[in-house]
Amino acid sequence: MADEKKIGAYMCKGCGLGERLDFDNMKMIAEREGKANLVKEHDFLCSAEGVKMIQDDIDNEGVTNVAICACSRRAKTEAFNFEGVAITRGNLREGVIWVRPDTDEARETTQEMAEDYVRMACFESKFTQVPKSSEQQGRIDNVLVVGGGVTGMTAAIEIAKAGYKASIVEKSGALGGHLADAWKDIPSRSPYADPVDTGVADMIAAIEADANITVHLNSTLTKTSGAPGRFAADISTESGSTTTENFGAIVQASGYKDYDANQLPELGYGKTPDVVTQAELEKLAVEANGGPIKRPSDGKEVTSVAFVQCAGQRSDKEGHLPYCSGTCCLTSIKQAMYFKDNNSDVDTTVIYTDLRTPGAPGEDFYRSGQQKGVVFTKGEVSEVAAGSDAHSVKFKDLILNEDTEMQADLVVLATGQVPNSGPDLEMQADDKADAEEAGEEYVQEIPVDSILNLDYRQGPDMPQLVHGFTDSHFICFPYETRRTGIYTAGPVRRPMDSLQAKEDGTGAAMKAIHALEDAAQGRAAHPRSGDLSFPSFRQEGCTQCKRCTVECPFGAINEDEEGYPQFNEARCRRCGTCMGACPVRVISFENYSVDTVGQQIKNVEMPDEFDEKPRILVLACENDAYPALDMAARNGNHYSEFSRVIPVRCLGSVNTIWITDALNSGYDGIVLMGCRKDDDYQCHFVRGSRLAGIRMSKIDDTLEQLNLEPDRVATYEIAITDVDRAPALINEMAETVEKVGMNPFKF
Amino acid sequence: MAKREYSYYPGCSSQKGASSSNMMKSVATMCEELDVQLNEIPDWNCCSASIGYGSGGELPRLVMSARNIALSEEHNPDQDIVATCAACWLSTREAAERFEDDENMFKEANEALAEAGMKLTNKTPIRHMAEVLIEDIGYEEIGKGVKKPLEGVKIAGYVGCQTNRPFGIDGESYENPMYLDGLVDALGGDSIPTYEKKVQCCGGALAFSEPEKSQEMIKGIIEAAYDNDADMIATPCPLCQANVEIYQDQINAKYGTKFDMPVVYYSQLISVAYGRNANDAALNGQIIKARKLEEIAAK
Amino acid sequence: MSTNTAMVEKYRNNFLKEVEANVEEGEWVKMCMQCGVCAGSCPLGNAWEHPPQEIFMMIRAGKREDVLTSDSMWMCTSCYNCIVRCPRELPITHIMHGLAHYAKRLGIQPKGNPTQWFSEVFWNNMMKKGRVNELKLGLSMYFKDGFVSGIKESLKNAKLGMNMQKTKRMAPMEFFGGHGVKNPGDLQKIIKKAQELEAARIEEHGK
Repeated sequence: MADEKKIGAYMCKGCGLGERLDFDNMKMIAEREGKANLVKEHDFLCSAEGVKMIQDDIDNEGVTNVAICACSRRAKTEAFNFEGVAITRGNLREGVIWVRPDTDEARETTQEMAEDYVRMACFESKFTQVPKSSEQQGRIDNVLVVGGGVTGMTAAIEIAKAGYKASIVEKSGALGGHLADAWKDIPSRSPYADPVDTGVADMIAAIEADANITVHLNSTLTKTSGAPGRFAADISTESGSTTTENFGAIVQASGYKDYDANQLPELGYGKTPDVVTQAELEKLAVEANGGPIKRPSDGKEVTSVAFVQCAGQRSDKEGHLPYCSGTCCLTSIKQAMYFKDNNSDVDTTVIYTDLRTPGAPGEDFYRSGQQKGVVFTKGEVSEVAAGSDAHSVKFKDLILNEDTEMQADLVVLATGQVPNSGPDLEMQADDKADAEEAGEEYVQEIPVDSILNLDYRQGPDMPQLVHGFTDSHFICFPYETRRTGIYTAGPVRRPMDSLQAKEDGTGAAMKAIHALEDAAQGRAAHPRSGDLSFPSFRQEGCTQCKRCTVECPFGAINEDEEGYPQFNEARCRRCGTCMGACPVRVISFENYSVDTVGQQIKNVEMPDEFDEKPRILVLACENDAYPALDMAARNGNHYSEFSRVIPVRCLGSVNTIWITDALNSGYDGIVLMGCRKDDDYQCHFVRGSRLAGIRMSKIDDTLEQLNLEPDRVATYEIAITDVDRAPALINEMAETVEKVGMNPFKF
Repeated sequence: MAKREYSYYPGCSSQKGASSSNMMKSVATMCEELDVQLNEIPDWNCCSASIGYGSGGELPRLVMSARNIALSEEHNPDQDIVATCAACWLSTREAAERFEDDENMFKEANEALAEAGMKLTNKTPIRHMAEVLIEDIGYEEIGKGVKKPLEGVKIAGYVGCQTNRPFGIDGESYENPMYLDGLVDALGGDSIPTYEKKVQCCGGALAFSEPEKSQEMIKGIIEAAYDNDADMIATPCPLCQANVEIYQDQINAKYGTKFDMPVVYYSQLISVAYGRNANDAALNGQIIKARKLEEIAAK
Repeated sequence: MSTNTAMVEKYRNNFLKEVEANVEEGEWVKMCMQCGVCAGSCPLGNAWEHPPQEIFMMIRAGKREDVLTSDSMWMCTSCYNCIVRCPRELPITHIMHGLAHYAKRLGIQPKGNPTQWFSEVFWNNMMKKGRVNELKLGLSMYFKDGFVSGIKESLKNAKLGMNMQKTKRMAPMEFFGGHGVKNPGDLQKIIKKAQELEAARIEEHGK
C-alpha cells in the first residue's frame, strides 16, 4: 500500500495569499523537500474549478495523498472533502498571513513560515494512510435501557418512536420509579401554577402497548460485555433465571435513592412520626387522595406544616450531602400547595436558606406558591423538637438575624438525591494502590452493588466524577460517559426532577441510536464523530506495560492473557491518549501517529543559532486551542513569526518523544495548549489534558538532562474563547526565548 | 407649527408668590415660544403630594386627584392633562391608573365626587410637560427655534426622582435618563450625560421633617455638579429645584463648603435660548443667580 | 373597643392577612422574595431601623407591634427607587405609605417622628382651602415643638425666608388667606365621603 502512495500538493493563491507569498519557492520546496509527486497552484482552490482540478488528479493521476496548502483545516472542509484519499492541510491563511503584518520588514519571515507549513503538510501526508475499518463492526437495533423510572421509560418510548427497539431492565416489580409514588408532579407547562398529574400511568400504558419495547421486571444485569453495536447482556431475574441478549447501545437510567433521613436526628427524624421526608409526604398525600392530609402520629388533620429545606444537604457535616439536589425547593412548593389547595387556612411555611427553582417552571411556580399564601422564611433550621401536640422548629431567621421558633403539626424534611451509580472505580483503584504501597491487604470498604457488571478490564461500572454521579460533562456533552455506547441519563448523572429526567431520557435515547448507527459503520462517536481510523500496535515492540489500557479514558482497551492490548474499535474515541502514553511508541492510527506529527516537527527548517531566528513549537489541541488560534487570526491578532503550530487530537495524545525530539533538533521553546483539566474539566476526552499535565510535569527531567532551561516548555489550559490569550502566550514564549537565549542544539 | 393645546395642572407651588412661581413664569414664556396653549384646569386642587398618604390614606388621597381629572374632563374635554410639577403628575397619574385597575376604588371615587355633583370618567392621559417637549415636539423641532445657543454653559441635568420614577419618560432608563442632556444639547449648551447624581433623591418632603438627612443628600448632588465642572444644575422638578437651591447656605454653614451653584428649570433654559429676556425667563426668581444665563439673556 | 384592639383580636396570629386586607397594596407583601434590592436602593436606607425587606419578613413573622410602631416607613422620601428596581415588581413605596397610614389610623404610629407629624400638618393645611399654603406649612413646622423652639427654628431659617421673599417665591400676605379652591366646603364634603367609605371598609374587616 505504502509503495503506491502518490502525493499531490495543491496551493491556493486566493484570500490574499497570492499577494503575500512567493509561490514559486513554495512549489519548489514541495517538490524537492516534500517529495510531492504533483505540485499545482490555483487562484481560488476551493472553487468548483479548483476542487475539480484535485479530483481529476485523484481520478486520472492516481493521487492518493492530498496536501492542501491553503486555509486552516477547519475551513472549507466541505469543498476539500475527497473520498478515498488521505488529506492533510498546510495552514497558510489563518496560520501565516493573517497572523503576520503585511509589511516589507515582515515579508522574509512570513515567507519562511509559509514554506515551513508547506513542508509540514507534505511530510504529514507522506506518513498518513487512508483509514480503513477494522471489520469489528456489528449492528443491533436494540437498545438496553437500565432502569424503569421516568428517565428510562422516556428513553424507551423515544427509542421506539424513532423506529428502534428498547428493552427495559427494572430491578423492582413495577415501572414508574419514584414518580409513581408521588401524588402529583411539578407542572411542565404554562402557567406553571398548580401541581399536575404525574403521567406515570400513561407512560406505562404506552410502553405496554408498544411491541418494540420489552420490559424485564425484578431483573438486574449480571454481566455486560462487548462494545457499541455488539453488547451482550445477561439479564437475571430475582428467581435466578438468566437470559443473554444482544444490544447496540445502552442507556443507564439507574436513578437515585432517597438520602437516609435517619442521619438527621437533630431534625427530629425518628423521634416522632410527624417528621417526614418529602417522599413520605407524597405517601400521606396519596392516602389523603385530595382530602385533608392527616399526620401520622394521631391522624389529626394537619393545620400547620413546616418544610425544612436543605435537610442533610449543602452541608459539610459528616454524613451530609455536600451538594444541592436542585429539586427539593420546587417539591416543597408543590407539597405546600397540596395543603393550600385543600384548605387555604392551613399554615404552610417553607424555611430555606436559598430558594432554588431551576428550569422553566421554577420562578412561576414559586410565585404561584406565594400567591396561594405559602410563607417563605429565609432561615436556617437548627433543631426540630418533638412536642406532645405541635412540634417546635427552631431556626435562625436570616433576614431578621434572630433565633426564633415556630410550631407545626407536621414537619417535612427536604432531603436530597443519592445517585445509584455502583461502586466508584477510581476511588477503589486509588485505595487499592495505597494499600499495596503500604504492604496491606486491600479490603473494599463499602460494598455497593454494581449496576452494569461490565466485563471490562477497567471495572464493572461507569467512572464517577464527584459525589457518586457518573462522569458526564453536564454542560458541554451531556449523556456522554467514559464508556462509549453507554449513556447515563437522569439523576444518576446529576440530581434532577422529572421534567429534566424526561429531557435526559430523550437526549440519551438519541445518543444511543447515534452510537449504534456509528458502530455499524465503524465510525467514531463524539467528538471525532465519523472518523474511521482506529489504533493499532506493533506487537513485536510492545513491552506489555499496560499503560495504554490503564490510561484510556474510555476503557476501550482490554488485555489478552499475555498482557498485550486488545483494542475494541467501537469503544475507541480516537483521542490518541494511548499513543501519547506508549513509552515505546508502537501505537498509531492510520491518519495520526508519532510520525505524522514527529515528521512535521523534524522537517521545519531550523535556522542557525546565530541567525537570531528562534523556532517555537506549538502543539495545540484541535478542540479548543486550535480554533481559538484560528479565530484570533480572523480577528487580526498577530503572533510570533517564529512559531510553528501543529494541531493534535488531544494533549493526551502528545508523546513525550515529540518534545525530546524537538528540543534535540533545536527548537528554542515549546508551547502545549490543551483544555481545562480536573473536576471542572473541558477536555473533550475527559482525561487527556490531565494525563498530559502529569506527563509534562516530568519533562523537566529531560530538560535537565539536556542542560536546558525549564522555561522553554510551557503547558497551558486554553478555552475556545481565549482568542486574545492564546496568541499572547505564544508571544510570551518568544520573549522567554529572547531572555534565556537560543537552544544550543541546532544542527 | 400647529398650535398644541393641553389641559394644564400647575399645582400649589406654581402659583403667584409660591416657591416655584419662577417655573410657572418661565413655562408660560416657553409655551408662548413653542406655540403651546395651556388651558388651566379651573378651580384645581392640591394633589396631596407625596406626603398626603400619612393622614389621607388611600381613597381620600386619590379622590383629590379624581376631582382634578373630573374638572379637566368637564372643562377641557379631549385635552391631555399636563402637569409641570413632578408630584402633581405622579399623584394624578397614579390615581388614574389605580382607578383603571381597581373597579371598586373607581366606584367609590365617583361616589365621593357625587357629593359635589361631579363625575369621573377617567379616560384622560395624564402627562408631564417633559413628555410634551420630547414626544410631541421633539429635540429637533426645539433646536430649530434656538436664537441664542447656550454656548459654553455646562449644565448638569438633574432629573431627580418623581419625574423619572415610577413612570418616567417613555424609552428612558430609570438609572440614567438622558432627556435633560438631550434638551441641553438641543439648546446648544454643554450637557453632562455622566452626571452621577442625576436621579439621586434630594429628600423630597423630608427636607422639612428630616433636614439633616436630606441636606446630606443635597450636598452630594451639588458636589457632583462641581466635580463635573458644571456651571449650573437644571431640573424639571419644583421640589428638587427648591431643595437643591435654597439650603446651600445651611449646608455651607454645617459642612464648611462654599456652594454657590445655581439651580434652574429647563423652562428657563429654553426661554433664554429662544432669545427671551431675564424677566421673561424668571431669572430674577433665582436665589443663587444663574449669571451665565443672565449674560446670554442680556446679549 | 378601638380599631387597633379589634384588629388584634380578628387577626390574632396572622398579621400578614391583616396587612393584606387593610393596607394599601398590602396583598403584594407575600410576593417578596427577600432579595434585598429595595434595602440597597433606598436613599435613606441607613436611617431605616428595618428596611422594606425586613418589614416584609416581619409581617410574615407576625411582628405586628414592631412593624406598626416603627418609624422606618416614615423615612420614605417617595423616591420610588425601590419600586422600579424590585425584581418582583412590588409597589414597595405604596406599601410603605400604606403601612405608615395604617399605623396612624390605628393611632400607634411613632408620635415623636417629625415626618408623621408633618404629614398631618400638610393634610390639614391642604384641606382648609384645597390648596397648600406653603408659608403656613413652613411656619407650623418650625413651631411643632412649641413656641420657644419655634422662634429658634424660625431664626435659623430666617435667611432662607428672606431669600424666598426677595425672589417673590414666598408671599407674607399668604398668612392671611392665600390661594384656594372656590368652594372648599364642596371639596371637604367629597373627601369626607371618601374617608367614610374607606373607614367603613376597614371597620368591616375588623369585625
